[in-house]
Amino acid sequence: MNRDDIIINIEHVSKSFGDKKVLDDINLYVKKGEFITFLGPSGCGKTTLLRLIAGFLDADSGTITMEGKDIDGIPPYMRPLNTVFQRYALFPHLDVYDNIAFGLKLNNVPEDEIEARVMKVLKLVSMNDYEDRDVNSLSGGQQQRIAIARAIVNRPKVLLLDEPLAALDLKMRKDMQIELKEMHKKLGITFIYVTHDQEEALTLSDTIVVLNEGRIQQIGTPTDIYNEPQNEFVADFIGESNILNGTMIADKKVSFIGHEFECVDEGFGENVPVDVVVRPEDIYIMNQLKGAQFSGEVKSCIFKGVHYEMTVETDNGFELMIQDYNAFEVGSTVGMFVKPVDIQVMKKACTANVFKGVMTSLNTVEILGCEYECPETPGISKDDEVNVEVDFDKVDLLDNKDDAPQFGNVSFILYKGDRYHLTIVTPEGYHVLADTHDVWDKNDIVGIKILPQDMKITKA
Amino acid sequence: MKRSSWAIPYSIFLMLFVVLPLVLVAVYAFSDGHGGVTISNLTTFFTDPKIIGSFLVSLEVALENTLICILIGYPVAYILADKKYNKSATTAMLFIAPMAINALMRTMATAEIFNMAGIPLGKGTLIFGMVYDYLPFMIFPIYNVLDKMDKSYVEAAQDLGASPMTAFRKVTLPLSLPGVLSGAMMVFMPTVSTFAVSEILTNNRIMLFGSVINEQFNNLMWNQGAALSFVMLIIIGITMFVGNDSKEEDAGGLVL
Repeated sequence: MNRDDIIINIEHVSKSFGDKKVLDDINLYVKKGEFITFLGPSGCGKTTLLRLIAGFLDADSGTITMEGKDIDGIPPYMRPLNTVFQRYALFPHLDVYDNIAFGLKLNNVPEDEIEARVMKVLKLVSMNDYEDRDVNSLSGGQQQRIAIARAIVNRPKVLLLDEPLAALDLKMRKDMQIELKEMHKKLGITFIYVTHDQEEALTLSDTIVVLNEGRIQQIGTPTDIYNEPQNEFVADFIGESNILNGTMIADKKVSFIGHEFECVDEGFGENVPVDVVVRPEDIYIMNQLKGAQFSGEVKSCIFKGVHYEMTVETDNGFELMIQDYNAFEVGSTVGMFVKPVDIQVMKKACTANVFKGVMTSLNTVEILGCEYECPETPGISKDDEVNVEVDFDKVDLLDNKDDAPQFGNVSFILYKGDRYHLTIVTPEGYHVLADTHDVWDKNDIVGIKILPQDMKITKA
Repeated sequence: MKRSSWAIPYSIFLMLFVVLPLVLVAVYAFSDGHGGVTISNLTTFFTDPKIIGSFLVSLEVALENTLICILIGYPVAYILADKKYNKSATTAMLFIAPMAINALMRTMATAEIFNMAGIPLGKGTLIFGMVYDYLPFMIFPIYNVLDKMDKSYVEAAQDLGASPMTAFRKVTLPLSLPGVLSGAMMVFMPTVSTFAVSEILTNNRIMLFGSVINEQFNNLMWNQGAALSFVMLIIIGITMFVGNDSKEEDAGGLVL
């Protein structure tokens, strides 16, 4: 990688608001002229990261360099970048011309040059003849164009866009996406784009940075991110997918949904638990069992415009989502197969919960900020620091939070074909992973119960 | 029952307590007290040097009061509206707390303090009392506008190369002018027409227009008093009209 090609470099950047860690050790670089997108659900820290680059916030730690120079402490008005704000932030007391000319006038650009540049940029955003209009009289899409024009007229080295299309309706959004992409090509400016819309990110970007809970989940091209998600969050967030528990039997051989499949992944080792991702459009479905790898029964079939979306229960009781151009009758038996190249195998981040804790007596342990009963373990006495291992399916979730020592907020739900895999966050910020057959909703408050016999205690 | 009939009680109230008194003021202003119609009550306004003099003094005091209120009130409102300095809405409420105390009591207490401190009552003490009385009316409309203003305007200005000072001058200040205008309207005209404050804080040395009107009524000169009130009404009407006109659509500064 040639260092001259890098325009912005972010190293070990962290940021907290009060107790809440919004960004946790972010490392990434932005290449000159590329279209890079920060993608993630709301609250993942993407806008905070953008505001750090713009200079509206200061990082708690880490460095941000622009063209090799540390920009820490440089106020926003001295940075060679411009922002397109989410709600446009066009000045209501100025007309279109004065809004666009605002930055140029501050830089004492001669009057005739200002006029020429404003007219040129208005043409670029297809808003000629609008210069005398009051900004409040413009539609959302028009205001959006003026906001973009106001930013690019200053010829910034980097253009920051904070969910610029979020307020537009679907049709308008699609049109603006194409225009943005063309503008990027024409101008040659680096675009840093923030969005929660994965489709928008896939359409526009050269590079996508997927963020969740303040951490980078994956950086890659849109095709990389879609075809080879590195973890279950990315797989779930980008596009539709079937995410399943599997076992890597040997190189190029993986087992899931009770069947063995050939795949193209190697180097995981033998008999290692893994997560397997199969996109719904990559499962081939047919009315015969000849040539099929496994069979199943169609449970539902919904027309989605381009394709039909079907839910199929496989012979071993797993539910799969399948998309196909043909409809298959509900209740009919179908055969299915998946090509080796369409099976994406991911390393599991962990296979069981491991909580750090302290023994408060011989049969109680403090974990997750609360006291839990635990089995007496030989060689472990009071005040020992211990690791408590609990399998995902041994975490009991209760409706009433008062029935268990600790409670938490369901923050992430993943359907794994035959069970739900939940991430629960306690008020103190501990993460608990639980497998369950019960249906919970995001942000449900649940009691976390763990039976003593399900704990495996080892000395830390 | 039709929805529009709900308005009947309010219409009656308006007729009795707003329209009728206004009409009476006009009728009295143009009558000579013996059933005849005259404009002499109005012409005395321009010919009596005492009346026109106090009117001009009133305008001067009101102008000074308004300017001082803006100079003090704007920074206060700005700080109150800035979440960095003021983290609770209660602080803003504290600034209108003095309004809960009877204005007459406040003014008399102020006068006592001046007496105790040995400061002679006069124009200075009058202005002080006026500012003290009317400052909340200036702070609140400005605070309201600043508080509701989208912070991204200032960020956008800074993003486009404006220093914090320039951003204030080119964006925050022009956008908060409707609040300043509302505040000025709520300070200026009441100052002209007030009488208790000037009587107490200047020991009747300075007579404002309100005092002159009050004096006319006290001396049972109903028609002359009504005529002067009528002049006041017209001036208030003009300022409201001008104010509303320049405010256009989204001022929203008035709190009352």
